[in-house]
Amino acid sequence: MLLRSPRFAAEPAPPFELKGSLFTLTVLHLFQLDRVAIERHLAWKVKQAPSFFNNTPVVIDLEDLAEPPHKPDEMDFNGLYELLRGHGMAPVGVRNGSPELQAVARQAGLPLLPDNRSTGATRKPERSELAPIRSRIVNHPVRSGQQVYAPDGDLIVLGTVSAGAEVIADGNIHIYGALRGRALAGVKGDVETRIFCQSLEAELISIAGRYRISEQINLDPAERGKAMQVHLVDDRLVIDHLAR
Amino acid sequence: MWDGNLATVIVVTSGKGGVGKTTTSASFATGLAQRGYRTVVIDFDVGLRNLDLIMGCERRVVYDFINIINGEANLNQALIRDKRVENLHVLPASQTRDKEALTKEGVERVLNELRQNFEYIVCDSPAGIERGALMALYFADEALVVTNPEVSSVRDSDRILGILASRSRRAEQGEAPVKEHLVLARYAPERADRGDMLSVEDVLEILGIPLLGVIPESSTVLQSSNAGVPVILEDGSDAGAAYGDLVDRFLGKNLPHRFITTQKKGFLKRLFGGG
Repeated sequence: MLLRSPRFAAEPAPPFELKGSLFTLTVLHLFQLDRVAIERHLAWKVKQAPSFFNNTPVVIDLEDLAEPPHKPDEMDFNGLYELLRGHGMAPVGVRNGSPELQAVARQAGLPLLPDNRSTGATRKPERSELAPIRSRIVNHPVRSGQQVYAPDGDLIVLGTVSAGAEVIADGNIHIYGALRGRALAGVKGDVETRIFCQSLEAELISIAGRYRISEQINLDPAERGKAMQVHLVDDRLVIDHLAR
Repeated sequence: MWDGNLATVIVVTSGKGGVGKTTTSASFATGLAQRGYRTVVIDFDVGLRNLDLIMGCERRVVYDFINIINGEANLNQALIRDKRVENLHVLPASQTRDKEALTKEGVERVLNELRQNFEYIVCDSPAGIERGALMALYFADEALVVTNPEVSSVRDSDRILGILASRSRRAEQGEAPVKEHLVLARYAPERADRGDMLSVEDVLEILGIPLLGVIPESSTVLQSSNAGVPVILEDGSDAGAAYGDLVDRFLGKNLPHRFITTQKKGFLKRLFGGG
């Protein structure tokens, strides 16, 4: 907002703006049109999880309908709508079904939502590879005698790691303060991991099992208080400046 | 009638022994009472009772903290009223028992009872990180961490700060953290200047908590301990004046730190005066 140029500031603000967004919606897969059976099953479902049915938006999927009505006008979307509303659900649209059924649904005020499952089949395997890596964020200094471990991911410390403290991660270690204790990154053997800190005064640094103790770190005293990184190059620990 | 819910529990702790916890507890509690607050100071060093000596009330001990925890006496029988300062009471430790007698339930019950009658409850912690020290800090709202300007003391204080942040009742129940204050005791500016001792800046850089007071190394501390007089009552002594400033700062006054420099007073005053 602060960077907005005077040209934009001078224009009157528009009353609204359209933006795309993704939602996770509950899909109600309709198998049959027996109103009594639907109502009975709905009542049972609501009893199971009353808090779930609190104006919950749902999409009605018509693909699995066992016996589609012979004539589209046998399909009572208005009745179905009322039934679902009455049980705490808010139908927002329909998906799949014959074009005739979709036309009836549109007349009842239920828009057609695109079926995304055809593309979903090819995407699925990628999902697991793209699962976000969990980072552990520590909001306080890590004091002498404390040990913090971030399994499966990075460890981020918003403070100093004191002498006698130990920070360990399967991934990288980021320390927004001085590192005076021990830091062990990539403890499950990931040689690509690194250690970053605002001042390197460590007792021990280790990446994927290769370590150096304080005596072997031998930084110039002038380097104290400078941001540094530790990484592996050809299986050797290398300490570099972060600042350029 | 005082609303007991507003009572503040303050632990005086350090990790390391011999750094000035009991001296600080005695003077801090006396200072609070001098300024009109109903204050009680409790000795948690069960088995190594010292606070009564420093407070000069060792000849008046009848019942102690453990007697109350075990229900063998009531609070009024055990609390010793200070003869010099109004509003000040001492709850001595037991000399014949050990720290295992301190149960969490018992300590909590006694503290809750004290909350009804006192505004400040000062808990003098034993050294170490075992049961006695853990019980002294468990119920704390604020902590005075006493450190000497040498590396082992600073590291032990760092350890205690970690325990305060992870094993106190406030930490366990996810409440606001224990408020931490640094007390740097036995400070000799000329030795810090020579590099024999850590400087105030060195200690602050390592521990990273606000500085409440610097107590200068002083022979008066030893003399007054032996005489059973909290050093804050020694008029004209540097250590007593430093404790007076510390109490005022704790109560919200913005005072510059004294006794931390040899000559360059102006510069450091500016550096630490704002804290």
